[in-house]
Amino acid sequence: MANVLVVGEIKDGALKKISKEVTSTGKKIASQLGGQVEVLLIGEGADKFASELSAVGADKVITVNLADFNPEAYANIIAGVAKEKGSSFIILPHTGQGKDYSPRVAVKLGAGIVADVVELKVDGGNVIARKPIYSGKAFANIQINTGVKVFTIRPNSQEVGSTAGAGAIEASSQTAGDVKTKIASTELSGGNKVQLTEASIIVSGGRGLKGPENFPMLQELCDTIGAALGASRAAVDAGWISHSHQVGQTGKTVSPNCYIACGISGSIQHMAGMGSSKYIVAINKDGDAPIFKVATFGVVADLFEVVPAVTKEFKKVLG
Amino acid sequence: MKVVVLVKQVPDTETSIKLGDKSINEAGIKWIISPYDEFAIEEGIKIREKNGGEVIAVTVGPDRTQEALRTAYAMGVDNAVHIKVDNYNTFDTAFTSELLSNFIQSISPDLVISGRQSIDTDSSQVGVQVAERLGWGHVSLALKLELNGSNAKITREVEGGTAVVEAALPLVITAQKGLNEPRYPSLKGIMTAKKKPITSKTIADLGNPESKVEITSLEPPSARIAGRKLEAADADGFAQVLVKALREEAKVI
Repeated sequence: MANVLVVGEIKDGALKKISKEVTSTGKKIASQLGGQVEVLLIGEGADKFASELSAVGADKVITVNLADFNPEAYANIIAGVAKEKGSSFIILPHTGQGKDYSPRVAVKLGAGIVADVVELKVDGGNVIARKPIYSGKAFANIQINTGVKVFTIRPNSQEVGSTAGAGAIEASSQTAGDVKTKIASTELSGGNKVQLTEASIIVSGGRGLKGPENFPMLQELCDTIGAALGASRAAVDAGWISHSHQVGQTGKTVSPNCYIACGISGSIQHMAGMGSSKYIVAINKDGDAPIFKVATFGVVADLFEVVPAVTKEFKKVLG
Repeated sequence: MKVVVLVKQVPDTETSIKLGDKSINEAGIKWIISPYDEFAIEEGIKIREKNGGEVIAVTVGPDRTQEALRTAYAMGVDNAVHIKVDNYNTFDTAFTSELLSNFIQSISPDLVISGRQSIDTDSSQVGVQVAERLGWGHVSLALKLELNGSNAKITREVEGGTAVVEAALPLVITAQKGLNEPRYPSLKGIMTAKKKPITSKTIADLGNPESKVEITSLEPPSARIAGRKLEAADADGFAQVLVKALREEAKVI
C-alpha cells in the first residue's frame, strides 16, 4: 500500500483552488496504487476546510495551526508529517510558496523530485510525471527512483474530480522548528486579487497598448469577467506596468482556461509563459503576428475599438 | 566576502529543439547562460566591487558547459569551477544540488547566489536544495540585497507584493528579474577569459551521489485546439462573435 500526502494552501481565509487540484490528483493516484490520500493544510482555521477537501477526495485532513508563512517552517512540518505517516508519494503545489519549501522537503526526505508537473500517471507501482520543457517546445516523462518521491504540480493543470474521501480531521503535533530567516515587513502592491498563476482567465496587454494610460481599459474588461491582468515583457520593460504582471520566460508561467492577448505579437519568450493555456484569444491589428498561430480565436482589428466593445458586450450578456 | 554563483548552461530560447529518445539532439544548439543566473553573476561581482573578496562561478554538466564559465569570467568573476558530468540529466535537481553542496562545503563561502529557476526545465529547485543540504537559510526571488557585516537584508517578491527578510550569513539567495542589470562582457574581458584557468571536479571528487530521477521519454507538445480568425464587419461585430465563441463554444466565461 502506498499512501499519498498532498499539501494544500490557504490564502486570506479561503482555500486556494490549487488545494482542490492537488487533492483530486492525489486521490486518483492513491486509489490506483491502493492507498489513501492525506491532505496537509497549514494555517489558521485550517480544519474548517475539511469538508471542501473531502468532497474532492481527501481521506484525511491533517491540520497545523501556524499564522505566518516561512519556507523552513513549512518544510519542517511537511517532512515531519510525511515521515510520521510513512508517505511514499508527496504532491505539492508549484506555487510561490511551494517553490520556496518543496526543495527543502525533498532533501529532508532524501527524495528525488520532479517540479512543475502537468500530469501524473500510475505505471505499475510507480508514477510517471509529465512536464513541459524548453519553453513548451517539448514534454518530458520522468520517473523517480528513490523510495520517497516528491512532485510539484503546476496550478490550473489538473481537473478537479468529484470522488469524495472520508475526510477525517487530525490535528498534527508537528511544529515550525528553528528557522534562519525572519520577515521584517511586507508591502502589498494592490495588484491582482487573484494570483496571475492561479487565475482561470487572464487578459494581457503588450506593446500594442501604446502606453500605461491604456491599461485601465484592460482592467475594466478584467473586472467585468473576473480575470487577472497580465502583460508582455515589452510593456513591463517600457515601465507601463509592474513586473509582477509579466507573463513569459522572465515573468510568470500561467495556464488559465482562457488567455486574452491584446496587442501582443507573441514572441517565443511570451509563448513560453502562456502556451499551455486552454483557449487563447488574440486581438491584434497585425494579422501576421505569431500569436495568431496559437490563437483559438483570432481577431485582426484595432484593440482600442475591439476591447471596449467586448467589455460592453460581456456587461450586456453577463447582466 | 566569498561569494559562490551557481551557473547553468541552457539552450537559447530561440533555438529549435530536436528530440531524441531520452535526450535532445544537441547538434546546432546555441547555448547560453540561463538568464536568471546572469542576475546572480552580476550581483556577486557588485558585492565584490563594494566589499572586496572573490566571486566563484560553478557549473555542472559536460565539457560544453565550460563555455558558460568563460562568459562568467568575461563578466568579471574571479574563479570558475566545472563539475564535470557527461550525459548530464538536467532534470535531476537532487543529484545536482548534492554535487554543488558537497563542493560549496569544501570552500566555505559567505553567500551563494543562484537564479530563481533555469529556463530549460523551470524547476526552481537547485538553489534552495543547496541551502537545505548546507543547513543554511535561504531567501527566494530577491529584488534587492543589502549586506551589513554578517547580516543580510533582502527585499523579495511575495504573492501580491514584496517583503523585507532579514537573515545572518552564510545564506543562499535566488535572483529574480529586477535585482540588477547584468553587464555585457567587455571585449577585453572576453579575450582574457579565454586564458583563465577552470578548476575541474568529478562526481567521484564530490561524494559520488546517485542519480534520483530518470527520463522515460521525451515528446513533442500535443496539438492545440485548431484555431481560426473570426470575421466581422466592425468592432461591435467582432465583440459579438468573440463573446459568443467564448461562452457557447469554449464555455470558459
